[in-house]
Amino acid sequence: MVKDQEYLEKKASYCLDLAKKFGATNASVSVINSISETVNFRNKKLDESNRSDDLAIEISTYINKKKSSISSSNLLNENLDVLIEKCVETTKNTPEDEFNSLPDKDLLAQEVKDFDLYDETHFENDKKIDYLKQLEEFASNDKKIVNTESSFSENKSNFILANSQGFCKGYKSSSFSASSVIVAKDENSMERDYEYTSKCHLKDIKDAKSLAKIAADQTIRKLSPQKIGSEKISIIFDKRIAKGILSTFASAIASSSISRGTSFLKDKIHKKIFSETINIFDKPDMLKGLGSRSFDAEGVKTDTLQLVEQGVLKHYLVDTYNGNKLNIKSNGRCGGTSNLYLENGKITYKDLLNSNKKSLYITETIGHGSNIVTGDYSVGATGFFIENGEFKYPINEITIAGNFKDMFQNMILANDLEFKYSTNSPTMMIEGMVVAGK
Amino acid sequence: MSNFFEKSDLSRNDANDIVSDTLKKCDDGELYLENSKSETILLDDNKIKNSSYSSDLGFGFRAVSNEVVAYSHSNEISKNSLKRSSDNLRSTLKSAKGIYNHSIPKSNKKYYENINPIEQKTLNEKIKVLNEVNNYLRSKDNNIKQVTANFNGEQKSIEIIRSGGETLTDIRPLIRFNVSVMVEKNGRKETGVYGIGGRQSYDTYLKDNNWKSVCDEALRIASVNLESKPAPAGEMKVVLGPGWPAILIHEAIGHGLEGDFNRKKTSAFHNLMGQRVASEGVTIVDDGTIDNRRGSLSIDDEGTPTEKTVLIENGILKNFMQDRLNARLMKTKSTGSGRRENYRHIVLPRMRNTMMLNGKQTQDEMIKSVDRGIFAVSFGGGQVDITSGKFVFNCTEAYEIIDGKIGSPIKGATLIGDGPSILKEVSMVGNDMMLDPGIGTCGKAGQGVPVGVAQPSILINKMTVGGTKL
Repeated sequence: MVKDQEYLEKKASYCLDLAKKFGATNASVSVINSISETVNFRNKKLDESNRSDDLAIEISTYINKKKSSISSSNLLNENLDVLIEKCVETTKNTPEDEFNSLPDKDLLAQEVKDFDLYDETHFENDKKIDYLKQLEEFASNDKKIVNTESSFSENKSNFILANSQGFCKGYKSSSFSASSVIVAKDENSMERDYEYTSKCHLKDIKDAKSLAKIAADQTIRKLSPQKIGSEKISIIFDKRIAKGILSTFASAIASSSISRGTSFLKDKIHKKIFSETINIFDKPDMLKGLGSRSFDAEGVKTDTLQLVEQGVLKHYLVDTYNGNKLNIKSNGRCGGTSNLYLENGKITYKDLLNSNKKSLYITETIGHGSNIVTGDYSVGATGFFIENGEFKYPINEITIAGNFKDMFQNMILANDLEFKYSTNSPTMMIEGMVVAGK
Repeated sequence: MSNFFEKSDLSRNDANDIVSDTLKKCDDGELYLENSKSETILLDDNKIKNSSYSSDLGFGFRAVSNEVVAYSHSNEISKNSLKRSSDNLRSTLKSAKGIYNHSIPKSNKKYYENINPIEQKTLNEKIKVLNEVNNYLRSKDNNIKQVTANFNGEQKSIEIIRSGGETLTDIRPLIRFNVSVMVEKNGRKETGVYGIGGRQSYDTYLKDNNWKSVCDEALRIASVNLESKPAPAGEMKVVLGPGWPAILIHEAIGHGLEGDFNRKKTSAFHNLMGQRVASEGVTIVDDGTIDNRRGSLSIDDEGTPTEKTVLIENGILKNFMQDRLNARLMKTKSTGSGRRENYRHIVLPRMRNTMMLNGKQTQDEMIKSVDRGIFAVSFGGGQVDITSGKFVFNCTEAYEIIDGKIGSPIKGATLIGDGPSILKEVSMVGNDMMLDPGIGTCGKAGQGVPVGVAQPSILINKMTVGGTKL
């Protein structure tokens, strides 16, 4: 069982008292306990079981505008005594930064809303094994499949966030996840693909059979890929890749990047950066949402934000420090977005595939090719060649490149949004990107 | 030396008993204890933005039976907690009937000193250097709009207790000093990053105002990029500079030669042992024994002494990198490559310092031989799909080559290639081998571990460059 609220609160207030005693003028602390159990299968046999029990404490101490922080996994009081004394000492020796402060008291969350994020069900390892046995059975139906790996994870966690202004709140959450990774082989190639499901509640996860089937189908259709020539072409991003482009947008509007001047979206607030059909929301109050929360990593209340309205950037993601620097209020985004999504477009997935005579459908990208300073984008890619709306043949060993400034303006979305991760996008088409191949 | 049992109700004898009892019918396994202390001092935007310290303590208990690994970790070093882990391992391996393999090679060699780099320089001294970095750079060039510099220091103490009470220990220092600058000219922004580090004290790396050369290098890269043109798109010849560009070797070849992927036959290399996988003259080793290097280890995280493993000799595939589990299942020996990020993770076969050794040609000869291609000097990072063998890496400093001469700098582009075939496309190997500056971290299965790379300049006949200019 994860540690209860009372234990975590006791540790938190012990730390806050101690920080004060050693001379801190303000302090904040978070205490987290998370327990997870994972079982892995490989080729229909048990491969690994893993149990983890993690405690973590993070303390920041302030002496007026000076700040320092420590973290530890050792919650014994005698260890905390030493660390907090050291932290306050370090604070004294750290130069002042006028923007350091705890959040405004009136921005702090007044309540923890119940978003139904905790399922107390304990899915015993034997049951995880049953699920995986079934999954592996369905996953290895085809002769081309040479290796199957699958995994089931259950995670329960609890935390408390407290500060010296009297804020002290936290809540439990849970997640159940399963994945299937398949390797298939033919005379020309060996390829791998996967499918994944993760939910707060056990009963909401995808059943073993459909998970396995999707993973297997996606892998087999990648076999015998071709390399294509270099050209300018429309790119269609599968939802699992499109969400990454949305995440890059989110990091480019983080107040830290804006205040440091290191984002290609600096000074773009209230300007049109997407085509006018695009709307982007960050909605923290979704029931059972994987990114749902009542407050951010500093205790500031989080409300729904429409980040982009008809293509126009309306908000940055603001925390207290960078808010002070930019002279705007925190909007509860310390630690990033909650449930971030691109609103559905007007056309169906089928129509999207059909909208050009030929295009590329990208299912996987590799490399760290997103530069948020310049907006340049260049990654390795795998996918399919599409002609007249049909998947013709798999492709690999190509790169796709462009600049986000242009890509955002040329974005067209299908109407197939689903909430599978905490950041989600419908299938996305971007016209006029450059493919490098042969 | 950390005494893990000092403040615990668990005595060393209790731990030995629980370990021996739990692993009785297992083939292998150990209790891994770890105490790490780390710090970050960061200057950004003209201010000391972060001064933080972290102390992490915990154990990971592993039992291995045939191919199955049971693992349990916790931060609480106590009798109850270890027993709970033991119960968990036993319940997974109910039917284990192996014989514990007690043999583990021994060595007294140490490749770094027992120091705590964090304590060897005061906070005020570190802050002073960071401020000097900031002032030096900002006064040097008016185009500089942002400077970030940081110290990261760590000391990690580990203890491995095997069945029967055999104990192995190591204390590992590690530091890194990094500078990043952003320049802006005529509305265009570019960044340059450079860093140094390894398993010695900060001052060893910073002596003689060496921090200035780190600053100069970061600024040089950023300034070059301000003048860069769009990169070409398509297949062409590529000359790689010496040193850090060896992350190509790490991605293209290294991961595919890790034991686990080959035992599972999911690596594109699994059936190529003894065969030609590279041009003649290409020799690649993975070496954990170079003094004070970021990727060096006296013992790996299973207690095996590290070694210099020849992976490819004169173009022929000779060895995979192995931990104990994969070595046993593949009927070979561990190469001392069993590593983990920390006690929260299971051991996997990983790289240490991966190096392509010197050949005979010069960089000049390579450039002169290219009609149309690119010369890549520095990289941001890379990634590989070990199953298809396709790998990428991102240039952070590159130039076009036209008619045997280095031309304009080109914008950061991704290069993509095919691991099993790329080294057959190496047509020249330089005589200018260089180690990287000590900044690499390798990610695998969610675990990051410090690694090193090295290579001379090389000429690759054909690679796809992911630019925007058709």
